[in-house]
Amino acid sequence: MSTATATYDEHHEHGPDKGLIRWITTTNHKDIGTLYLVFALIMFFIGGAMAMVIRAELFQPGMQLVDPQFFNSMTTVHALVMIFGAVMPAFTGLANWLIPMMIGAPDMALPRMNNLSFWILPFAFTLLLSTFFMDGGGPAGGWTLYPPLALQMGDGFPFMIFAIHLAGISSIMGSINVIVTILNMRAPGMTLMKMPLFVWTWLITAYLLIATMPVLAGAVTMLLTDKFAGTSFFNAAGGGDPVMYQHIFWFFGHPEVYILILPAFGIISAIVPTFARKPLFGYSSMVYATASIAFLSFIVWAHHMFTVGMPVVGELFFMYATMMIAVPTGVKVFNWVSTMWKGAMTFETPMLFAIGFIMMFTIGGFSGLMLAIAPADFQYHDTYFVVAHFHYVLVTGAIYSIMAATYYWLPKWTGNMYDERLGKIHFWLSTISVNVLFFPQHFLGLAGMPRRIPDYSVQFADWNMVSSIGGFVFGASQLLFLWMVIKAIRGGEKASDQVWEGANGLEWTLPSPPPYHSFTEAPAIK
Amino acid sequence: MAGADRNQRSVRHIVLVAAAMFGFGYLLVPLYNVFCEITGLNGKTGRIEEAEVAASYRPDPSRTVTIQFVASNSAGMPWNFRPAVATMAVHPGQLYATYFVAANHTGRRMVAQAIPSMAPTRAARYFNKTECFCFNQQPLEAGEEKEMPLRFIVDPRLPKDIKTLTLVYSLFEVTGRTASR
Repeated sequence: MSTATATYDEHHEHGPDKGLIRWITTTNHKDIGTLYLVFALIMFFIGGAMAMVIRAELFQPGMQLVDPQFFNSMTTVHALVMIFGAVMPAFTGLANWLIPMMIGAPDMALPRMNNLSFWILPFAFTLLLSTFFMDGGGPAGGWTLYPPLALQMGDGFPFMIFAIHLAGISSIMGSINVIVTILNMRAPGMTLMKMPLFVWTWLITAYLLIATMPVLAGAVTMLLTDKFAGTSFFNAAGGGDPVMYQHIFWFFGHPEVYILILPAFGIISAIVPTFARKPLFGYSSMVYATASIAFLSFIVWAHHMFTVGMPVVGELFFMYATMMIAVPTGVKVFNWVSTMWKGAMTFETPMLFAIGFIMMFTIGGFSGLMLAIAPADFQYHDTYFVVAHFHYVLVTGAIYSIMAATYYWLPKWTGNMYDERLGKIHFWLSTISVNVLFFPQHFLGLAGMPRRIPDYSVQFADWNMVSSIGGFVFGASQLLFLWMVIKAIRGGEKASDQVWEGANGLEWTLPSPPPYHSFTEAPAIK
Repeated sequence: MAGADRNQRSVRHIVLVAAAMFGFGYLLVPLYNVFCEITGLNGKTGRIEEAEVAASYRPDPSRTVTIQFVASNSAGMPWNFRPAVATMAVHPGQLYATYFVAANHTGRRMVAQAIPSMAPTRAARYFNKTECFCFNQQPLEAGEEKEMPLRFIVDPRLPKDIKTLTLVYSLFEVTGRTASR
């Protein structure tokens, strides 16, 4: 697991502790980055196992393997684990590893808080997963936890709420660290508009987290007091309104989906120029596009709830505001394509994942535009079309970017090249299977198959079987990824300092692997 | 160290923002209620004092609007609950009275709260009540049956294209809970 031990003998007094205690007490950004990434990988496989249960049950019509309550808890916890346990910690892990090395800082600004913000996470998810062993089982009302359904959960309810509180506190602390590091710790000469885009996108993401995570914490606290303290925030009998929960939740929830994708934009903006051997096209427009997406994310939340009975004026406002997001997003896709235009391109695994991201994220973006059309959304709402849409933007979007980042920076972190041949096999297996998995779900949704239901009418049988086969292959392909990461950590062909011929940026000026303490003296910025 | 001071100042600012956003989440609750009352969103119907009726409205006998009454029980509510009449033809601006019938066939005293909702929702703010069993919690002894009165008036400013209003009362059991509003 140790990836940064190469040079600590020279500075023995500053080197890491031995054994397990190193990982518990560490305040080193590289160690904490590794912890986050390993945690995210574990959660990715736990959440993935739940997805396999879902696809196995949906392989055929009728009730096969699990009872409906358990099926619903699988969909609910799969989402919670993947969002809060896999994608967000993976991005925070990348931020920990990369931001100090990219801006020429010796470490994160608040190293002790950094340690705390990671170590809260295992407790949060132990709480969440422990609900499966309690009376009433795990949460089964959907990850959005709409009342009154969510309030009908059994004994595990407070455990789930506290798990969300803890995960929220962890990501707020992580964001504080990111913001303070970026604002205060940049090497002299590293002006804001010289920062790599990954740093920029994370800065904006961190602000989104600071602004929305407390709102989620408030919403779930209201659920908690509605259930146990006799308040009536969402209880109609007491004068409350369950629809209000949806407004508060999605006020958090929509910025949250950009929290899950903005760092991905930063990663792709780092990888594409490297393998196209050209500087990024339109750097400043990328920064402004990211900021506009972040701003717009606060005024579009009700497009998740077109069917609750809004006035037409409201539906039109949220519909047009949502469509407006396609403009800055289009700027980004245009810039990536323009960066590749007439570039001397090579197609190593990180580049394959980056191009896969651009293609398939755009497909997800287009289905998002379809969902944004309020009158059409009445047909698509709560169907598999929505499931297909958000898996295109989250799996082939966010997850693909994390895989691209792993392949891209793993040689830097470990000093060893990953197995390029296996990497390419992993990419092609994943890309073919993920499309077999999710593309048919568009058809199922348009034909009217509802989401979160363990059974379906027989006319949906064929595409569900195809989708499940894609799911099993995609799930199995990720074991290949796990194996490759372990293999690269344990050894392999040594990587050069620059690793990639076209790579630019401060992190590539450090040795591979970088010393335990890097940039103790600020580097000179050209 | 100057750098550490700067970091602490930044942290204080960001923590303040996070705390403010937690408060903002709660602030959304009264904001939402005010917004719904003004716009009639979510079918929240209005209330008016009987004394104000004559001053505010003039009956419009040339126009007739159909009111449909629907009674519904929330999950776990065992009462028999129905409107006395299913529909009424009314003139906007004129005061009408009707009632719902609730019967508690269980063997225990129960308290219920009725919550109104109106469709289409944009009509809700033109539908005002001078008296309604939904203004208070309603107790019924075991086996008791009761007529629950409702006096209402439709605002003549109701948009012309609306010809039918549906008023739904959902009954919730609140035995043992004190009225929160």
